[in-house]
Amino acid sequence: MLAAIVLAPFVASALVAALPSGARRTAAAVAGTTMLAIVLMTLSGGPEMAAGRVLRESVPWLPGVPFGFRMDGLAFAFALLVGAIGVLIVLYAHYYLGGDDPAPRFFAMLLAFTGAMLGIVLADNLVLLVVFWELTSITSFLLIGYWQHREDARAGARMALAITGGGGLCLLAGVLLVGHIAGGYGLDRVLASGDAIRAHPLYVPALVLVLLGAFTKSAQVPFQFWLPHAMAAPTPVSAFLHSATMVKAGVFLLARLHPALAGSDEWFWLVTMTGLATLAFGAWVAIFQHDLKGLLAYSTISHLGLITMLFGLNARLAVVAGVFHILNHATFKASLFMAAGIVDHESGTRDMRRLGGLWAFMPITATLAMVAAGAMAGVPLLNGFLSKEMFLAETLALEVAGLARVLIPVAATAATAFSVAYSVRFIHDVFFNGRPKGLDHAPHEPPRFMRVPVEVLVVVCVAVGVFPEAVIGPLLRIAATPAVGGALPPFSLALWHGFNLPLAMSAAALAVGAALYFALQRFADLHAFRAVLLPGKRVFEALQSGLVVTSRLLVRGLPFLRLPGMVSWIVVVAIAAAAFPLLRHGWGFETAVARAGAQASPSALVVASAVWGLGVAATLVAVLNYRRRLVALVAIGAVGLAVSLAFAVLSAPDLALTQLLVEVVTIILMMVVLYYLPPQSPPESARWRQWTDGALALMAGAGVAAICYAVLTRGIEPIAPFFLERALTEGGGTNVVNVILVDFRGFDTLGEITVLGTAGLVVYALLARFRVPASFRPPVGDGAFNPLLLQAVTRLVLPFAVLVSLFLLLRGHNLPGGGFIAGLVLAAALVLTRVAGVGPKPDARRMPWQLWVGLGLVVACVTGGASIVLGYPFLTSTFGHPVLPVVGEVPLASAALFDVGVFLAVVGATLLAVMVPGLLRAREPA
Amino acid sequence: MIELLLSSGIGVLTAGGVWLCLRRRTFDVVLGLTLLSYAVNLFIFAMGRVRVGALPILRPGAAPTLEHYTDPLPQALVLTAIVIGFAMTALLLALSLKGRFARGEDTCDDAPPPPEEYPR
Repeated sequence: MLAAIVLAPFVASALVAALPSGARRTAAAVAGTTMLAIVLMTLSGGPEMAAGRVLRESVPWLPGVPFGFRMDGLAFAFALLVGAIGVLIVLYAHYYLGGDDPAPRFFAMLLAFTGAMLGIVLADNLVLLVVFWELTSITSFLLIGYWQHREDARAGARMALAITGGGGLCLLAGVLLVGHIAGGYGLDRVLASGDAIRAHPLYVPALVLVLLGAFTKSAQVPFQFWLPHAMAAPTPVSAFLHSATMVKAGVFLLARLHPALAGSDEWFWLVTMTGLATLAFGAWVAIFQHDLKGLLAYSTISHLGLITMLFGLNARLAVVAGVFHILNHATFKASLFMAAGIVDHESGTRDMRRLGGLWAFMPITATLAMVAAGAMAGVPLLNGFLSKEMFLAETLALEVAGLARVLIPVAATAATAFSVAYSVRFIHDVFFNGRPKGLDHAPHEPPRFMRVPVEVLVVVCVAVGVFPEAVIGPLLRIAATPAVGGALPPFSLALWHGFNLPLAMSAAALAVGAALYFALQRFADLHAFRAVLLPGKRVFEALQSGLVVTSRLLVRGLPFLRLPGMVSWIVVVAIAAAAFPLLRHGWGFETAVARAGAQASPSALVVASAVWGLGVAATLVAVLNYRRRLVALVAIGAVGLAVSLAFAVLSAPDLALTQLLVEVVTIILMMVVLYYLPPQSPPESARWRQWTDGALALMAGAGVAAICYAVLTRGIEPIAPFFLERALTEGGGTNVVNVILVDFRGFDTLGEITVLGTAGLVVYALLARFRVPASFRPPVGDGAFNPLLLQAVTRLVLPFAVLVSLFLLLRGHNLPGGGFIAGLVLAAALVLTRVAGVGPKPDARRMPWQLWVGLGLVVACVTGGASIVLGYPFLTSTFGHPVLPVVGEVPLASAALFDVGVFLAVVGATLLAVMVPGLLRAREPA
Repeated sequence: MIELLLSSGIGVLTAGGVWLCLRRRTFDVVLGLTLLSYAVNLFIFAMGRVRVGALPILRPGAAPTLEHYTDPLPQALVLTAIVIGFAMTALLLALSLKGRFARGEDTCDDAPPPPEEYPR
């Protein structure tokens, strides 16, 4: 069931992505149902969680790292949070998205992101956690950049990906170190090895790397700058990413690994100070944001800093407070983002300098926003108050030496006052403070159901704030226990703890914060402030443009811009790399070993010499006449023939056949393309180049020949006996080469036909719709000459070719033949019909061969997959020798069916590659 | 003797292929790559050692050992390499065809686009 929680959103995402872009309702319905299902499935684990048990599920994956999920209290609470906020976000987004926004794409990405987030939460080992961590980086990149036409959305998405993805790489390194120290990646093991980890010499590097991952994700100073730029996303995305998910992944990680990593001085200083700096910085900057979402963005940064700081204090009660504030922040921040989205949606702007007095137009939304902002500011009777009180109490309870003992609580109170100031601004500057300025139309309340998610969340804020123990107590205890990593400290969730220092600090913060805001409005003209920024963003942009400039200089400075220069360097390096060990250690020619040449009969030697002569002579003709392209092409054909004959002489009948057939289609294809190219290469200007190129080529040729000869005259311990012995008994065929292709190394072959098919499809994509410019004049004739004799012969040959092809396919498992060869025979025959001009000229855009490629791959995969269904590894083959009437005994291996897949893919890809360029059409003259 | 013929043949193919690959026109480079792929395929094939008259097709009565059969594994590797080599050639030809019409020339050593055309 745990796996279902994580995988369901991915499945739903694929389903939704397949919907037509107009299916708004269906997409939202599927997404909403999935989110609801996540909540219900998570809840079903509730009794186990309440009993303090841990649920586990896993299947083998990598060696030592299972694909497994694990749910303890912390994971339970987080999964619940993600699912519940997810339901509300889907409902809200359904009303938020405009008519032009493709809704299925939005919901598909949102679901995939949700799945990734749940994967982080429920992963049972650190490796899997990092995998899902990076998945959230990628899917959030897509979500932030959802409005692809907007430059700021693309830039924001890129920045978020670079920062959080880079942090993810640090996390991966840190996790590998932690796993190395703990002796395994399983969470159970890591969480139990806290002492060993902290005592290890690699603790500090591991800690720093893991923290880099968490801090980048949770937008801690100095990495905070990506978060405000991510506000270019649609508001539902911001509401989801910056309340319950994405940025919470960082603090979740701190809570998750708290028992394993926390407790040291390094942890205290790094985490607490980063958190404190972020808390104060975010809260201060938020006051001066004029964009509603910008204010909320910096507020989010600030609250994440608060949570981070709580986890850094090395106190068990602080961890409880941290988990509590995660839950509280998610509820009020999600509702505030949605309220800001409503304001934007219904008034057309988010600029607080233009807004104002909206109370008169949308009183209900205003009330809701006020309550949520109160929670954000930490007003009593609301949930934010409770966790903020706990936070202030914890800063007082710190046992550190010297000035920090005083400074930390003072800084915390000041930051709290700032957050009051921006919360007041959020309300006052939007809903009061004069009248709206220059809006296109009068704002009004949103559609009824768009407000429902905000209402639900605000009710939660109030309920938790008034009856904390009854509403959130049990869940908080379940969630905090694993993060504390032992028994929970005693604490009471109550509104009233009597008059004490934290309460005084709260009260002071409320008063100072409100006063600060009104003072800024009255005396300092807040609306005229320019945003305050840390240099983080500028550093990031400087690094980025520095990279571009450097690579541009490298590209210009190095001889790699021109292909011949590049190739010369590759050849030079290859020659040097091969020559160095050979010159140092000698060639090692061994003449004593028995050689094939000695066994070859004189007649075979004569044949071999003749083939050699043909090949060498044809190569020379091709090279020396390369400028006369047709001559060179004919010569290349002769070389290919010689190679084919060489295979035949050297006991490789399958290779000889394949080479011969490939040669035929290649030469035809080259002829076709040559029709559109100049018939001659122009002379090259620099004579010295030809000499240096020639010298390089001769060195390369001599080197390869020498290496080849050195290897051929040496002994060998091949693995061939394995295949020879098992081909018949385990593969059910006597043609060992074919059995290797479709059985022993079937997975390789599957990959290779995929490459082949892809190449065919790419040719199709490049050229099927391409039109030759009307100005083009072919160098020879008009290309419409089809000799009658060839036509007649083709008509005769075609049926036989089909028969021969099928015959070669069927017998391939036992005698030379098989899918590759049979496919090439059929393809060559069909190409011949085009060369002869038999039948009407097909339209390149409407040919069936793409389907053949797809069908072939499907057949191959299904054959391989069938063995999984039967309980064997992928592509395990079986065979039998059924006796058919008339035909007699037929050796039938399931691998032969795989070969049919190969056959179809080869036919399809070959025909795409050869036919499409041959069917180019001229552009109509304008 | 056979070894010498095969090695020198591969050497000649390599030299011709390299020389053509260093030319400036797409078509010549494609011809060069074709020669190079012949050389590479033969080279890989040769790594299993070469035999005359020892087809890797099992016959009744002959023990399945290297005494009676040549090494089938390099043959299987080379067979797919030949077909994939064709696919790559086709791809290059398609590109050279488009390039020829896009630029009016069939050279393969264009200067890079000016800086402002870099994707940002």
